[in-house]
Amino acid sequence: MKFRRLIFANLFRKKIRLILTIGSFAISLILFTFLAVVYSAFNRGIEIAGADRLVIENRVGLIQTMPVSYGDQVRGIPGVKYVTHDHWFGGVYQEEKNFFPQFVIDPENHLKVYPEFVVPDDQWNTFVKDQQGVIAGAKTAKRFGWKVGDRIPIKNSLYGPTKTWEFNLDGIYHAKTADGDESQFWLQWKNFDENVPAFAKSTAGWYILRLDSPDDAVRVAKTIDAKYANSSWETKTETESAFQAGFAKQFGNIEFLILSIGSVVFFTLLLVTGNTMAISVRERISELAVLKAIGVRDGSVLFMVLAESMLIAFFGGVFGLLLAWAAIPAMSAKLAGFLPPLILSKTLLSSGLLFAVFVGMASGLIPGFGAMRMRVVNALRRV
Amino acid sequence: MIRVDGQGNGKSLIQVRGLSKTYRRGGEEIQVLQRLNLDLDKGDFVGFMGPSGSGKTTLLNLLGGLDVPSQGSITVDGDEITHMSGSKLTQWRARHVGFIFQMYNLIPVLTAFQNVELPLLLTKLSKSERRTHVETALNVVGLSNRMDHYPRQLSGGQEQRVTIARAIVSDPTFLLCDEPTGDLDRKSADEIMALIEELVAKHGKTVLMVTHDAMVAARAHTTLHLDKGVLVEASKLEQGVVAGGVV
Repeated sequence: MKFRRLIFANLFRKKIRLILTIGSFAISLILFTFLAVVYSAFNRGIEIAGADRLVIENRVGLIQTMPVSYGDQVRGIPGVKYVTHDHWFGGVYQEEKNFFPQFVIDPENHLKVYPEFVVPDDQWNTFVKDQQGVIAGAKTAKRFGWKVGDRIPIKNSLYGPTKTWEFNLDGIYHAKTADGDESQFWLQWKNFDENVPAFAKSTAGWYILRLDSPDDAVRVAKTIDAKYANSSWETKTETESAFQAGFAKQFGNIEFLILSIGSVVFFTLLLVTGNTMAISVRERISELAVLKAIGVRDGSVLFMVLAESMLIAFFGGVFGLLLAWAAIPAMSAKLAGFLPPLILSKTLLSSGLLFAVFVGMASGLIPGFGAMRMRVVNALRRV
Repeated sequence: MIRVDGQGNGKSLIQVRGLSKTYRRGGEEIQVLQRLNLDLDKGDFVGFMGPSGSGKTTLLNLLGGLDVPSQGSITVDGDEITHMSGSKLTQWRARHVGFIFQMYNLIPVLTAFQNVELPLLLTKLSKSERRTHVETALNVVGLSNRMDHYPRQLSGGQEQRVTIARAIVSDPTFLLCDEPTGDLDRKSADEIMALIEELVAKHGKTVLMVTHDAMVAARAHTTLHLDKGVLVEASKLEQGVVAGGVV
């Protein structure tokens, strides 16, 4: 890298232009990163969904319930190891903005089906015995400053007139993996069942099954759906990952949205940087001609232009990712309850940087090849 | 000895035979150089004069391996350059040619030292060896006290001196000067010409120079006139033949 000094000197030649170009990279990278973390958040459920779990929902849709008696019937199907059921509670803590996912669970089987969540034994035992008890995820507990033993009022208007339900925080659960969901809030089905109006009594929102083997999934799903075909509550049974994907799609075609915006960002960035590099090369045409005249090879000229555009992209990328790294936790906190937790992983950071450098390289190609192919005689004549 | 009749003994440093250059502009063919012959020995200092469009710069570009002739051959120190590939020619230029331009063409973001060092980055010299060479070259042009200055901090004459230092630092076979004083005042031009004369006299450099200025041309050992692509006259007729003989 004998031309390192020249490359860096050229890089800092027009400082305002450099700052503006780096700034455009940084802002684009923030947008790219934000889109990527949102996409990843929606897909995280799919990625971590158990391969040996099935979800049964009402064929009409997720907001339609099913009889709670289905649980015992399904449990007898060969290949089914455990069955539990959930219900969407949908309340808020103190005010509307304090929203987070609350599930009515079946304490007897919940942790058997979801072994990735851990609750200390003493806390779990207290919860099982306490009909008004709840278990909160560590993230939600931290968000509201809750401690075990606190009384938690949750306002709910899904089941009849608005009413405040009072719960005892008996325990806090943690996820076994770093990307596990620690935002949930679990309340007892018995308590729910006793306090909801008649239309919601003895119902389950959806069932989750844990199988002996993932190989049984197709057979078990077909058996269940066939069993309840033509009943008042027909079912749709699918793998947990398919269920999660369907859930994410309720928000719209996130993937398409993100790809569309991402593509616009990519091409805009390509044009901005490409234009900057083209201007920069045009301004230096006589200098490049002199370099070639004194014996610098065409390949080295191309390398210098590419190295410069890639360095701009790299610095812009790093700057943008640093800003994103600082901003995303704050955004995640603000959007808690509305969006799954936004996590900027190392993989996303590396992808962002690679994306930036790739854009830098692509945008330097046309001016670089132009400089490489430039005839010294013509370039010197222009001076 | 400089000859333009094509009758050199074959031992000349630079040997040009039947050199022609034709450009095509639209449907029209423009013959810039027509069957030129030239023989130059080591240590010769030749000036090319002629009106605009006479082919002076084209000749310089061909001799410097920056352009390829339509016909004819150029042999420098035994290497025929007219049939070299682009990359070979680039390597050849780095080794054999030192360029001095009218507009100096220094890299503005590099110091005088760094500008002069550029040609050496293409060699295998170590950093300390490069430093020694650059300091020597800047010393020759009298700018050893300005090596950390950027071009914008130097006068026109000083910039041209840096260009000369850059041209000689790799000890090339010959120097090509395209209007080296064209952008300078008379005093600076005199200083630059004195420096070029010194390079020829003291260091045995071979110099080919294009100029419009008769006073500058008079400083060369020999002046050749180009008109419409033909060498038509030699100004110093002390012992030679005009337009097609020994000058």
